[in-house]
Amino acid sequence: MSFINYSSREINCKIVYYGPGLGGKTTNLQYIYDKMSPDTKGKLISLATETERTLFFDFLPLALGDIRGFKTRFQLYTVPGQVFYDASRKLILRGVDGVVFVADSQIERMDANIESLENLKLNLKENGYDFERVPFVMQYNKRDLPNAAELQEMRTILNPKSSPDFEGVATKGIAVFETLKAIAKLVLVEMKRSTAVR
Amino acid sequence: MAGPSLIMYEEEFNQINKVLEKLTKEANAKIVFLVDKNGQLISAYGETKNIDTTSLASLTAGNIAATGGLAKLIGEKEFSILFHEGEKDNIHISIIGQRVILVVIFDHRSSLGLVRLRVKKTGDELSAIFSKLIKKVEKEPQAASPFSEITDEDIENLFKD
Repeated sequence: MSFINYSSREINCKIVYYGPGLGGKTTNLQYIYDKMSPDTKGKLISLATETERTLFFDFLPLALGDIRGFKTRFQLYTVPGQVFYDASRKLILRGVDGVVFVADSQIERMDANIESLENLKLNLKENGYDFERVPFVMQYNKRDLPNAAELQEMRTILNPKSSPDFEGVATKGIAVFETLKAIAKLVLVEMKRSTAVR
Repeated sequence: MAGPSLIMYEEEFNQINKVLEKLTKEANAKIVFLVDKNGQLISAYGETKNIDTTSLASLTAGNIAATGGLAKLIGEKEFSILFHEGEKDNIHISIIGQRVILVVIFDHRSSLGLVRLRVKKTGDELSAIFSKLIKKVEKEPQAASPFSEITDEDIENLFKD
């Protein structure tokens, strides 16, 4: 759910990075934070444990530029991927405008990907969303690892509705910005569509 | 999509800012700000220069969301007031009209009692403004949205490096 302020001429949107634990969600945000110029980004907030596992969420505000005189701001959140933090994940999805799913390409993490994607669908539903209609981008992360599953197999299993998808290596920044741009575009297009229909 | 966007117009925005300004003065507060439950900062007033209000907004909403989860676990609807006491500064957080969060940061120049008293009064004023705003958004033709005229080119332009 975006926030449009006609007085300060700002549009705020919320994007959530979802996916299994240790899949690279925080790494995506960290890379974006490292590469953006200081005037377009805010602080990267990370609520993590001592072992750098996300405890509640990471948060990074970005200003992308102007559309029709409106400052366009995106707020990026990650969820904690570990299964037992489900209550937190549900809370963070509240008011989301678009979701990026960061899948772990390692073949032994395929079950974790599937479980996390099912969990996403369930939590969206509990927040009043229909997964089929939420702007959604898939990132197959860790493509550089030798035990990465076949791309086609991942697509079939994780992305049957053929949402925009990318092969990423978040630690090296590969496809990180492509993913961000794709979801930002989908969110804006969805906003345009939803205002046109009404 | 779940629910419409939160839309703010100039008239209500100015009214809200006036209310926040008044609260800051009457409660002897350092900073007063208003956040929507999804973490979007609506407005801030006071000594905000050296404070990262965007992060404050997001963490406040996270805080309210987490305490709301706690409340449900013990059979409460929500905890409408939270208070954090620090060595110098304190934070008073309250939910207004189940939709927005009012945050007051204050130090020794004020007191919890005073802040609570003033927040209660302010809460009613803000609730009234937001009720009016929601009605107005429902009435206003959607053509007023900046998105109705947006082109694919506008969107593309955002991403030109």
